[in-house]
Amino acid sequence: MKNMQKMAAFAKRTTLEIARDPLTLFFGAAFPVILLLLMSLIQANIPVDLFRMESLAPGVMVFGHAFITLFAALLIARDRSTSFLLRLFATPMRASDYLGGYLLPLLPLALLQGVLLYAVALLLGLPFSVHLLSALGVGLLCSLIFVAMGLLFGSILSDKQVGGICGALLTNLTAWLSGVWFDIKLLGGAFGAVARALPFYHAVEACREATAGHYAALPGHLAVVLAYAAVLMALAVWCFGRQMQEK
Amino acid sequence: MNAIEARGLTKRYRDKTAVNQLELTVGEKEFFALLGVNGAGKTTLIKMLCCLSAPTAGEASILGHDIRRESEQVKTLVGISPQESAVGGNLSVRENLEMLSGAYGMNRAESRARAQEMIDALHLEQVADKRAKTLSGGWKRRLSIAMALVGRPRVLFLDEPTLGLDVLARRELWVLIRSLRGQTAVILTTHYLEEAEALSDRIGVMKEGRLVAAGTAEELKRCVNAETFEDAFISLAGGIQ
Repeated sequence: MKNMQKMAAFAKRTTLEIARDPLTLFFGAAFPVILLLLMSLIQANIPVDLFRMESLAPGVMVFGHAFITLFAALLIARDRSTSFLLRLFATPMRASDYLGGYLLPLLPLALLQGVLLYAVALLLGLPFSVHLLSALGVGLLCSLIFVAMGLLFGSILSDKQVGGICGALLTNLTAWLSGVWFDIKLLGGAFGAVARALPFYHAVEACREATAGHYAALPGHLAVVLAYAAVLMALAVWCFGRQMQEK
Repeated sequence: MNAIEARGLTKRYRDKTAVNQLELTVGEKEFFALLGVNGAGKTTLIKMLCCLSAPTAGEASILGHDIRRESEQVKTLVGISPQESAVGGNLSVRENLEMLSGAYGMNRAESRARAQEMIDALHLEQVADKRAKTLSGGWKRRLSIAMALVGRPRVLFLDEPTLGLDVLARRELWVLIRSLRGQTAVILTTHYLEEAEALSDRIGVMKEGRLVAAGTAEELKRCVNAETFEDAFISLAGGIQ
């Protein structure tokens, strides 16, 4: 019971720190919504299959989740650099309390992001169906990759490095290699192979298939996503554990 | 029972010995200041005693609990205010204190009550609902000490608590630190000699990872035949004759 209280207290702190950061509101909510609006305008003038709302909304949702990595990694890296974690490591909190306290608030954040984007997408013409609920669930599973990367990068990088690697590199990787903005199939060759070897493309495809109600196509994509999430999470937990042992 | 006992405590990094065969005894409720130039090993020593860094050799105990084998018990007995203020910037003073109370396993009601107790005891009322990142350096340090006290520690480590503060803020913090006398053992590291002299029962001087001398300011002066405490410190820590 006491351990639950420790984790809950820390999770509340994580929630408040992220929710009160203007960066979260802009990149977590406003920016993906702006992208959705802009692309729907382009679609209205020059129709492209990829930018139909059924394709665009799931893609932007996954792209938006990439910013969760940035929020989480920045918070953890700052906690390390300001000795906030050092102070907490001297309390009776256990490794599981930290991990739960950092990770658990990020999942509702990812879900909220998905709900917001699909709500805007509905206003922009996405037909309502019960499949949208399963798309939100699949989106939540896909967010595990980004949550794990947040913990991993926050544990090994400085806050300045996090800005470059998660803010610039990762968001670009997610944009280029996920098939949100252009069809990976058209590129073929090495680019396509790299995209298919990474989880971002599969995350977007899984969310698109779920939105369309094509559940038979889900397991193949989700298997890649969840395998990456498991490996990244294990690596992140190991790196964070090392931080705890030798702070 | 002594608050701290260290025997042959050593911390080696790949190319440096930060703490070297250190011997230290601090009594229960004693106020002990640790002086030393940068890199003398003060912060590394504190990290080991708080179970934040494993010793390479030697042993140490906090109120009889071994820092290696009984780290869980040790962590319930110590509180630390690190060199940097180390507060949650987007949380209010009250929220920071409640969060730390939760980290010690207190439930929501207990956390609220404990946070209010600390706000009253450390005179934080006027900033209680302000976000920590908006506070001045002096208030942040006051909050940092309050956070270190939340778990009712029996051994409190204050790592350079007045570093970078102006004279007025430093003196205000001295009053606060003095008020802890008799409640808990306090280990204070500082670069300000007058601070160590004014606040502590005994002073230890660290040099290159070793505790080269410990005693009252008068005893340290006599030890090296110095006229002033500053001369004594320079003689012990710097080696300049």
